[in-house]
Amino acid sequence: MSVYDSLDSITEELHKCMKCGNCMAVCPIYKETRQEVGVARGKISLAEYILSGETEMTKGMGDRFSLCTTCMACNTNCPCGVRFDKIILAARAEAVRKKGLQSAKKIAFTALKMQRVFDFGMKAGSIFQGIALKNIPNRHSKLARMRVDVGIGKEKVFPMLSKKTLRSEFPEVIKVKTPKMRVGFFTGCMINYFYTDIGRAVIAVLRENDIEVVIPKSQACCGIPASVNGDVVSARTLAKRNLRAFERMGADALVVACSSGGTAWKHVFGELLENDHELKALADKWAKKSYDISEFLIHQVPFKKEGLGRVARKVTYHEPCHLNRGQGISKEPREILKSIPGVELIEMKEPGRCCGMAGSFSLVHPDLSGQISDRKTADIQTTKTDTVATGCPACRLQLQSGVENAGFDEEVLHTVQILAESYRVGRKN
Amino acid sequence: MLAREVLEELVRVLGRENVLTEQEDLLTYAYDATAAMKHHKPDVVVAPLSTEQVADVVKIALRYHVPIYTRGSGTNLSGGTIPVEGGMVLSMLHLNKILEVDQDNLTATVQPGVIIQALNDEAAKHGLLYPPDPGTVTTATMGGSVSECSGGLRGLKYGVTKHYIMGLQMVLANGEVTRWGGKTVKNVTGYDLVALFTGAEGTLGIITEIIVKLIPAPEARKSMLAVFDDVDKAGRAIAAIIRNKVIPATLEILDNVTIQTVENFVHAGLPMDAEAVLLCEVDGYKEVVQREAVLVERIMKEEGAVQLKIAKDDKERDLLWLARRSALPALAQKRPTTVLEDATVPRSKIPDMLKAIRRIATKYNLQIATFGHAGDGNLHPTIITDERDAEEMKRVHLAVDEIFETALALGGTLSGEHGIGIAKMKYLNREFGEAGVAALKRIKEALDPNYLLNPGKIVRRD
Ligand SMILES: Cc1cc2nc3c(=O)[nH]c(=O)nc-3n(C[C@H](O)[C@H](O)[C@H](O)COP(=O)(O)OP(=O)(O)OC[C@H]3O[C@@H](n4cnc5c(N)ncnc54)[C@H](O)[C@@H]3O)c2cc1C
Ligand code: SF4
Ligand code: SF4
Repeated sequence: MSVYDSLDSITEELHKCMKCGNCMAVCPIYKETRQEVGVARGKISLAEYILSGETEMTKGMGDRFSLCTTCMACNTNCPCGVRFDKIILAARAEAVRKKGLQSAKKIAFTALKMQRVFDFGMKAGSIFQGIALKNIPNRHSKLARMRVDVGIGKEKVFPMLSKKTLRSEFPEVIKVKTPKMRVGFFTGCMINYFYTDIGRAVIAVLRENDIEVVIPKSQACCGIPASVNGDVVSARTLAKRNLRAFERMGADALVVACSSGGTAWKHVFGELLENDHELKALADKWAKKSYDISEFLIHQVPFKKEGLGRVARKVTYHEPCHLNRGQGISKEPREILKSIPGVELIEMKEPGRCCGMAGSFSLVHPDLSGQISDRKTADIQTTKTDTVATGCPACRLQLQSGVENAGFDEEVLHTVQILAESYRVGRKN
Repeated sequence: MLAREVLEELVRVLGRENVLTEQEDLLTYAYDATAAMKHHKPDVVVAPLSTEQVADVVKIALRYHVPIYTRGSGTNLSGGTIPVEGGMVLSMLHLNKILEVDQDNLTATVQPGVIIQALNDEAAKHGLLYPPDPGTVTTATMGGSVSECSGGLRGLKYGVTKHYIMGLQMVLANGEVTRWGGKTVKNVTGYDLVALFTGAEGTLGIITEIIVKLIPAPEARKSMLAVFDDVDKAGRAIAAIIRNKVIPATLEILDNVTIQTVENFVHAGLPMDAEAVLLCEVDGYKEVVQREAVLVERIMKEEGAVQLKIAKDDKERDLLWLARRSALPALAQKRPTTVLEDATVPRSKIPDMLKAIRRIATKYNLQIATFGHAGDGNLHPTIITDERDAEEMKRVHLAVDEIFETALALGGTLSGEHGIGIAKMKYLNREFGEAGVAALKRIKEALDPNYLLNPGKIVRRD
């Protein structure tokens, strides 16, 4: 029984919790609110009361369960090994079953609809952007701020929708002369629509290493925004669509450059499709050959060091929660950075601390998300670096927003972009 | 349910955002870290931002007879923050400022919601240390640890919380704000109320400011681990170390059940058949540490340690301590409910206590692992069980009764550091007798005649 189907599935998980409160030491939400309901222990108790029948799932309960960035910091600090990530998913799915899609109507669209809105935005192009967002001048990339507060605050800085989506920019199969292997690239929404620069960097680096890249046109959103908010139905539809898209094109491996995408392919698809015999097998097959780009470059390729040009950057690295704690990938991006000539890696105070983005969390709780982000931004500023590298476009957005609002000069990039830059410089020499 | 006007008055003082009244929030203040304890939902949770607001809240509570349950981080292990009579939970977490570190007087002044580790981080910037270190340093508040008089690993050499509390600002049960003690080392003016309020578990007043003593951080430290095939030998080693005038900062013991559980969990390289493991750390000036380490090593050998490991650097030190740090987590993962006691005996009685606990475990057919602060006699017999098994829980309660009786018979005490709260209230007269309990009660009633503060804890109302 998966966490997506029933609250009963987490009974044992709940029982493991001894209420020691160790999770308080690391929870980014609790640090800001100092209310028991913010921390894992509080939400675990609520789930227990619901399961025991002492209280029922209310709309208010749903609101409380939305108070979590799913950063998994509590998992790591828990002496009893409580998998709070499972508990929160189960609780949210139960809330949706009982009370309908997240009480927060603020999430105006589900993941499925989101894609349609983006596609529309692409077609309408500058008109859409002109109405909703205003450009802010930035040395590094095109950013915009909300013109009107549509309920998510005007503080958040957005990257401009790209002129062309990544997937329309490239053919479905990008050939190289003597291919070492054929790799499927799951782009994810943010890289496809906003941060196409990350996508181009992934493709460039793979080609540089003689890898044929396949980008199935019919791939969809990873569905994580839906599944973490309890919208299991949409998440399942998306999982199936993605599996079929990549299965049809075939590949030796699949890479992602986004922590949600990695989590989806490695874990979530299989869990969502547990009861679907045929697709479960497919999900498991792909899970085994799915890799985050940094993991792939270090362990599978391994990427070539000759031809790396000098990149003079002082870099600090922010760990995306679902890459670090979620997939255990923390050394790899640093290893890549350290192998680039000219890059000086300077660690920030708590590189593994959540940036507060957490996908739709930042839309539902903009103030809280902003407060969490402020701490991150301050930690970055004290490193006196000129670049923050990270491994996830969602973190990049949040970090960029924080840096922009604080008004200091710092470029925010995906690790793979710096590697691509180095190859580029290398070629010129 | 509280009358509407009570809530209105509270909101007027604190603002709407600091008065929680919805079920979903209230339910999360119905428990603390105490295992197998019935939970109780409060009627309201308030979070003041200043001493004045605390005083105003107390006055409102007094006027409407609303019980006040002061709460820090809710990590205590005696049911100390559970609102057994409903009413109000007073969360001190927003009062979280470190007001001052005074390097000339070696003191710090903090608000009660400051987390212990935060104070230590600040003190460390000045090369200073606040020694009390309960297992919850990164989560527990200063107010909560002063109110429980928390101990920790460094008790043997550095004492416990009460040895570091120099002054307190208190809001009394009548809503008046008072100050006791201060920054002077010497102070005999009036009764020593700082001592009284320290460890009072929120039953006599509400702490709103704390002046603590800091000490220079020790320059060096050295850790070692000794394995024994017999608890008596381990006991003799403890006594011999002290007799040789070495006072280690920490001297911890793990019994056989703990060793086996830990070994299965983290593979720290402990022999599974060891009867006891002693972990010892000496600290201070480099030269002294060097001399004491050699001495302790010799004593451990003389007393029959079958294996001895000495940490060469911080990395090795962390490895040695892994076994101790993993004790509770390892036990907690074995079964869902972990009943952690803290009956304490004179240091010399540790072997007797360990053997008695073993006997009790067999008698009631329970899994009891014991580890703890051997150097100060404070053991943590830990019963691993499952709250859902009613029959087993009965045996657990009987075993706990007997553990307390044994500790008292050996000249010890019910609680070394976790406090009385609800959990140990019924045993008090065994330690103090009726007259002693009556004296506690008169003190309570002198300061809080209406049983407004943390009612249902430590002393029972007739
Ligand atoms: C895993 C674990 C390990 C532990 N290890 C140790 C250990 O090694 N040593 C040890 O001594 N304890 C230990 N404890 C117990 C606990 O952590 C300590 O008692 C801690 O100091 C309590 O702090 P708190 O902020 O959580 O207080 P709370 O639990 O919130 O409150 C404790 C008591 O203090 C009162 N109180 C809180 N704030 C105030 C205030 N401002 N004014 C008046 N009264 C107040 C409350 O009413 C309550 O009675 C451990 C607990 C756990 C769960
Ligand atoms: S740290 Fe783990 S066991 Fe402790 S309260 Fe949090 S979730 Fe529960
Ligand atoms: S996952 Fe992160 S935000 Fe959520 S409860 Fe755990 S520590 Fe807090």
